[in-house]
Amino acid sequence: MPTLTIDGKEVTVEPGTTVLQACEEIGVEVPRFCYHERLSIAGNCRMCLVDMEKAPKPIASCAMPAGDGMVIHTNTERVKKAREGVMEFLLINHPLDCPICDQGGECDLQDQAVAFGGGKSRYDENKRAVEDKYMGPLISTTMTRCIHCMRCVRFSSEVAGVEDMGALWRGEHTEITTYLEKTLDSEMSGNVIDLCPVGALTSKPYAFTARSWELKHTESIDVMDALGSNINVDTRGSAVMRILPRLNEDVNEEWISDKTRFVYDGLKKRRLDRPYVRKNKKLEEATWGEAFEAIKKKLKGVKGDQIGAIAGDLADMEAMLALKDLMGTLGSSRVEGRQDGAALDASVRAGYLMNSGIAGVEEADYLLLVGCDPRAEAPVLNSRIRKAVRHMGLKVGRIGAEADLTYKVEDFGDDAKLLKSVPTGRHAAAKALKAAEKPMIIVGQAALAREDGAAILKAARDAADKYCVKDGWNGFNVLHTAASRVGAMDLGLTTEGGVNAILDDAAAGDLKAVFLLGADEIDTSKLKKAFTVYIGTHGDEGVKNADVILPAAAYTEKSGTYINTEGRVQRTEKAVFAPGDAREDWTILRALSDVVGETLPYNTLAALRTRLAEVAPATATLDEVPTEAWGDFGTKGDIAEGAIKPIIDNFYMTNPIARASQIMADCAQAREGVAEEATGTHG
Amino acid sequence: MSTAPEKFVWTSENEKTAQAHIAKYPEGRQQSAVMPLLDLAQRQNGGHVTQEIMEYIADYLDMPAIRVQEVATFYTMYNHKPIGKHHVQVCGTTPCWLRGSDDIMKACKSKLGIEKGETTKDGMFTLSEVECAGACVNAPVVAIDDDYFEDLTPEAMTELLEKLGKGEAVKAGPQIDRQNSAPAGGPTTLKGDKGEDA
Repeated sequence: MPTLTIDGKEVTVEPGTTVLQACEEIGVEVPRFCYHERLSIAGNCRMCLVDMEKAPKPIASCAMPAGDGMVIHTNTERVKKAREGVMEFLLINHPLDCPICDQGGECDLQDQAVAFGGGKSRYDENKRAVEDKYMGPLISTTMTRCIHCMRCVRFSSEVAGVEDMGALWRGEHTEITTYLEKTLDSEMSGNVIDLCPVGALTSKPYAFTARSWELKHTESIDVMDALGSNINVDTRGSAVMRILPRLNEDVNEEWISDKTRFVYDGLKKRRLDRPYVRKNKKLEEATWGEAFEAIKKKLKGVKGDQIGAIAGDLADMEAMLALKDLMGTLGSSRVEGRQDGAALDASVRAGYLMNSGIAGVEEADYLLLVGCDPRAEAPVLNSRIRKAVRHMGLKVGRIGAEADLTYKVEDFGDDAKLLKSVPTGRHAAAKALKAAEKPMIIVGQAALAREDGAAILKAARDAADKYCVKDGWNGFNVLHTAASRVGAMDLGLTTEGGVNAILDDAAAGDLKAVFLLGADEIDTSKLKKAFTVYIGTHGDEGVKNADVILPAAAYTEKSGTYINTEGRVQRTEKAVFAPGDAREDWTILRALSDVVGETLPYNTLAALRTRLAEVAPATATLDEVPTEAWGDFGTKGDIAEGAIKPIIDNFYMTNPIARASQIMADCAQAREGVAEEATGTHG
Repeated sequence: MSTAPEKFVWTSENEKTAQAHIAKYPEGRQQSAVMPLLDLAQRQNGGHVTQEIMEYIADYLDMPAIRVQEVATFYTMYNHKPIGKHHVQVCGTTPCWLRGSDDIMKACKSKLGIEKGETTKDGMFTLSEVECAGACVNAPVVAIDDDYFEDLTPEAMTELLEKLGKGEAVKAGPQIDRQNSAPAGGPTTLKGDKGEDA
């Protein structure tokens, strides 16, 4: 462990630490542009120059490993002069267009020019100008502002795993571009906007809409996938202006997917902002009172076992609990939370969680994906797997459909039946799992949503039981695609036959009334006969055959509890108010209970959460990954031969908010174009 | 792409050379051969590389096309536009400039009737100014294709271009009476008068 002296203070650091990191450890600020703690070291901006005794000239602290006995000075006259010099060079070709630059107010170059610059330029010549590049519907470019830190290039090749970006030409003529100016072929591309220390890469949808200092920041949680990425929702007035990632080392580090980042325009489109009641086959606007009365009238005489409910993918736990309780007062226990029909088993908590944890991927040495495409289902997790493959020697195998995950995967074949031979030890995957010290199996919803999902779950469980469950390590993992799913399982929202049975019974006329809590990923044509109440945010699939529509709040408009795929309990915060007459889901159900049955015993969110903690004790502890007891789950049975159909066919269109978003539609189209071209040129 | 001209593929001879270049590097490091391969492809293609060639080499070496493009654009000796039969590259860096490279350039321009970066109408010559050719001791220097022509005067330059234009043989190296970088006019020391200087 090297010990060095920085500005007179001694500090001992881990071997391999750089001088810059050592400086940070004791709180000495070193300016930088190219250095980023999650990317490889480039050392090309030279802003981090510091003085090292016995060195003839200032050193780039980001690239210099800390050595024993080094004496570093960051506050000498020479360092000051060096920084001013570097800054002056950087500014030579940087336009003075801060007033019309979207980065203004949150620009590293602006800030550091004030803090470390000389304040004056001696440059009288013409500045260079660079043509702007097309990088797709998300990234707006002003390449004249680029200072060539290469963060975006390193990000796309190292984290996103797409070798699309590069620096062409040289010296003063250097230009950053994507290959042939194509859309960056990644679900993580928006992160380069955050990484860009200047205004060269900015957000296209956010362009010229707000200044960073006008925005109110609300710390919240993303619900686009089941990771629960930590986000900041930036709002002005009643509008969500943008969504940015928030640091959480254990969940999303500091990345978010493009869907998480850019879905916000979907919050303003196709919104349900008032109740509707179907009269004479047409939906008509109504007041809350009329809507509730209509429900009351229809439910009269309907027996409890003739009522069913389905909770959708974005539902918060408060809403699902209120729904369950309301159904209880109506005499029904038929509330289903597995909208995709996945054969999850609510009896053993470890049976539906990602037990190794998201960060656990970095500890694992072998990973078997079963019917799981992490790149589409949870891009941030996929980047972490890629990181583990690149730096920690993780090996990945797959049973399921082939897809480019940006790292090397050993394919065992797209046949669910192969899983049968894994627990018996005969399969190659079994050998790999056995040989590994910390093996992981990730079971995707694609595998579980099949007819034989329960048998697949059982086989995966048995394989995990044999190879992956050890002292202090549980390698059985379920990757969910819906933010609400683990919460729904914790609330026990499982029914015999699942979603399909509810839909079939409704079609057969056995179910008279169905409540949909934001359930849009189902075939609602089967609900034509049943009286259907849709509680949700968007005019999507769910409203097509609804008889009463109750407008609810989206995830940015309420404080809701969500449990992510690893069992971490997190809460969204209310950033803006829901539009029009829309209300928070649980208050709708609470008010409805007043009219149609027994009043639910909670009037405040706090009271509801107390009840929530009784029903689902896990919700009492926020932001922790639980260690769950291992058990037996799934059902022994035959696994049918055949391919596992991917659960997500379009990453940008997985929920009603995303489907309402124009940005997501543009992305889907742009990526499709890239894919088509790729097949066109390469045969 | 039905209108595209025939696809670029190695000639069988170049395929062998390409494999020989790749064989210089350890297994799995075939990407290191990108520079000689680009050069080889440029020669095969008559002096310049195209997007198609860069993609071909990217495929050939199993590396991303953008990485090949980065290399091909970084180095000035890869041309991205068609060039003439002879590529006249006049060195304009300080030593050559002090020794009269401006006059050499002027001679080229007037003889060929083109400006820097242009190609003659008959497709015989492309004129460029390049940075230091590394033969300062014999400045001014002009590189034409793979040969250096040193110790030039505007007259010698004009004559050189005249001969090249007619397809006559020319002598590479110093254009005055000297051997390589030895003193002009023959040796001045170590002429065999043993002991005299000792």
